[in-house]
Amino acid sequence: MTTLATRWLADWIEGLGNLFLLTLEVFKSIFSQKVAWPDVIRQAYFIGVKSQSVVLITGAFTGMVLCAQTYFQFHKVMMDTATLAVVSVSMCSELGPVLTALMVAGRVGAAIAAELGTMKVTEQIDALRTLATHPVDYLAVPRVLAGVWVMPILTLQSIAIGIGAAYLLAVHFLGIDRTYVLANMQHYTERIDVYMGLIKAVVFGAILSIIGCYKGMSCGQGAEGVGKATTEAVVYASITILISNFFLTLTLNKVFDVG
Amino acid sequence: MIEVRNLRKSFGSHMVLEGVSFQVAKGESVVIIGSSGGGKSVILKHLIGLLNPDSGEVVVDGQSLAGLNERQLIKVRRKFGVLFQSAALFDSMTVEENISFLLVREGKNSPQEIKEKVREVLEMVELRGTEAKKPAELSGGMRKRVGLARAIIYRPEIVLYDEPTTGLDPIVADSIDQLMLRVCRRLKCTSIVVTHDMRSARRVAERILMLHQGKIYASATPDEIFSSQDPVIHRFVNGISDVKETQFLI
Repeated sequence: MTTLATRWLADWIEGLGNLFLLTLEVFKSIFSQKVAWPDVIRQAYFIGVKSQSVVLITGAFTGMVLCAQTYFQFHKVMMDTATLAVVSVSMCSELGPVLTALMVAGRVGAAIAAELGTMKVTEQIDALRTLATHPVDYLAVPRVLAGVWVMPILTLQSIAIGIGAAYLLAVHFLGIDRTYVLANMQHYTERIDVYMGLIKAVVFGAILSIIGCYKGMSCGQGAEGVGKATTEAVVYASITILISNFFLTLTLNKVFDVG
Repeated sequence: MIEVRNLRKSFGSHMVLEGVSFQVAKGESVVIIGSSGGGKSVILKHLIGLLNPDSGEVVVDGQSLAGLNERQLIKVRRKFGVLFQSAALFDSMTVEENISFLLVREGKNSPQEIKEKVREVLEMVELRGTEAKKPAELSGGMRKRVGLARAIIYRPEIVLYDEPTTGLDPIVADSIDQLMLRVCRRLKCTSIVVTHDMRSARRVAERILMLHQGKIYASATPDEIFSSQDPVIHRFVNGISDVKETQFLI
């Protein structure tokens, strides 16, 4: 039992170390090697354009459900017109970036891990290396750059559609006064909230793409290895996003001196 | 040109290489034979730094690969062309994109020059007109030919072949052998072939190294190997298994 626990801990620390080294190598490559921009654009299309439906549906329904729940509580204390303010602040700084990142991690993180994992088990990554190409330059850097570039855009879309859907629900179905609900939203939502959301989106974009690349490039043998790498990429990316969100919230609130 | 010194490698508790040493001279054509799972491909991967040894070293043109990082190894690997057992073609790319991969990335040649070189190597491997095909549309033999075209387009000094005829019918296997000989003649390069196909080994080798129980058991010319009366060599080259005669109780 102790041996198993020790081995698990050793594997975990080794994995963390390797992930750190890959992250370091990615950043070194970005600043020291020629970036293949056509590959970055191809990945941005895959991560951004292909995730539209997932992100927009998630954003819209999250905004609406938050609006409905807030309204049900606020209505008891006659604070109906503050409903959209709560939705707006939550969507901008927390729900927009986090839920977008979780959805993209599920779709893109898994796809990256599966693609690179298959390349690993079919010796395509070894072939790259023999063709004098560093796998990090060719495989990881375009995906990480695309993730970092596209995630803020997806997050903005999610925030916008979430607030828009909540506005429609609040005004047309819940009967809240249009003028006051908008005035309160503008009053309580600050630029800082949007900036925080965008900064988080950049970090989450890096996390989900780096973990996807790491799991794919270090996957085990055969179909079982690829399957495991894909599952782990989604699980680890999701957990890392949720944990880092907590620390980012604390840090950014300190940095921007909010509250 | 290539020197392997006392190479040892284990995976977990399984020791695969237990002190392998050999040399390959410039322009030589060497075949490594040995049983399946005996570590032949592991040796090949050490030659280009795809695997790191537990101990021992590989020296290429006087430069030891020990301690080189991935970026430093890129310069050494530029001397090699590798044909993988599964061909390892990039399945998202066409044949032309696969073959021209390195030249396009290096950016030293114009698109027209690259096209011309692709046409030339495809002619060499007798696959004219397949430029636009995807790897999934090719047969096993064609995939190996494209893999070889990709490995030789930049005229490497050393070509490594990992089980080039495995999984192919005898006719296609023969054509791959002929192709290897032709490439060797045309490019005047050093060849190291890993195989357990004895017919192929006899045809392409100038010297055969036999790997047995993690060590180089024999190094000799094909004639010497195939006429050897050493029980280990004789059994291997003639495909005689070691299954004990079944004794029935009834």
